[in-house]
Amino acid sequence: MSDEMGYEGEVVKRFMYVNRKAPYGTIYALENLETVLIAAAFDQDVSVVFVDDGVYQLKKGQDTKEIGMKNFSPTFRALDDYDVEKLYVEKESLEARGLTAEELVVPVEVVSTEDLREIMAQQDVVLSC
Amino acid sequence: MLHTVNKSPFERNTLRSCLRLAQKGSAVLLMEDGVYAALSGTAVSDEIADRMDDLSFYVLGPDIAARGLSESPLIGGVQVVDYGGFVDLVVEHEASNAWL
Amino acid sequence: MKFGILVNEGPFTHQASDSAYRFAEAALAKGHEVWRVFFYHDGVNNSNKLSEPQSDDRNLVKLWSELGREHDLDLVVCVAAALRRGIKDELLAAGFRISGLGQLVEAGIQADRLVVFGD
Repeated sequence: MSDEMGYEGEVVKRFMYVNRKAPYGTIYALENLETVLIAAAFDQDVSVVFVDDGVYQLKKGQDTKEIGMKNFSPTFRALDDYDVEKLYVEKESLEARGLTAEELVVPVEVVSTEDLREIMAQQDVVLSC
Repeated sequence: MLHTVNKSPFERNTLRSCLRLAQKGSAVLLMEDGVYAALSGTAVSDEIADRMDDLSFYVLGPDIAARGLSESPLIGGVQVVDYGGFVDLVVEHEASNAWL
Repeated sequence: MKFGILVNEGPFTHQASDSAYRFAEAALAKGHEVWRVFFYHDGVNNSNKLSEPQSDDRNLVKLWSELGREHDLDLVVCVAAALRRGIKDELLAAGFRISGLGQLVEAGIQADRLVVFGD
């Protein structure tokens, strides 16, 4: 296990949140984000990954006025304040959807499938949706 | 890592994403509608057969039986487990990743 | 070994809750500990005691309640997800409790394995 002791003597685990679903069509993206915000308070090693349709969660310019739902994309910009700094986007998922990192609401690390495979394999807890 | 896939490969890209991001040496358990991917002679059988050398594949027997597939041939190398076997797979791997 | 289980879907529409229940049962039968079951997203509906399936069908709410009683399980329903869906204390079946999302993160930290069931 990669468990190590944190500064308060608590176990620090590597938590990875994997977002694979687009926003609004289902609630998973929003409720997963709520989990990430809570997780940040536990001083764990948190990373957030966007693959497949999950990359659409970060698309700039979301305007939900006419569908009557809350636009939660600005919340991704607050993650930095919660010390959630490891945001990974899979290059292949982005390119497959004709998107570039410049079109995303936050700065992210665009990683290759190979790199993401490595990062994922090192996690203690993976929460996918 | 143990990866679980519960979607039909004919409806979603879940299996494909799992196979793309599963590291060599990982295990993949096909369950619920994911069991359709374990059958041989389908349009997607090769996607699993081609990875047999670097991943180990399991399928949940109760889900196979429920769908009327007990007599259907599986892709060579796919091992059938019951819920107890599922528990053992979780124990054997340090983390699990559900591709939902 | 200590397991945490996350259930992301309600009973009936998806198989997730059934699979999670069978998994929990099998883990307990093998002598493992189920440290906590956390119900999130539509999974909160697994706690609704007003659920009344037809008599020849399984009653997942009751099954979870009974498994909880037999093995003293901590069945936690996420408060934010529950309130959104009208699940409140007065609707909870025996053995369930409503608490915060932190309980999910805690399960990830404290359990040896966290297993997720959803759609």
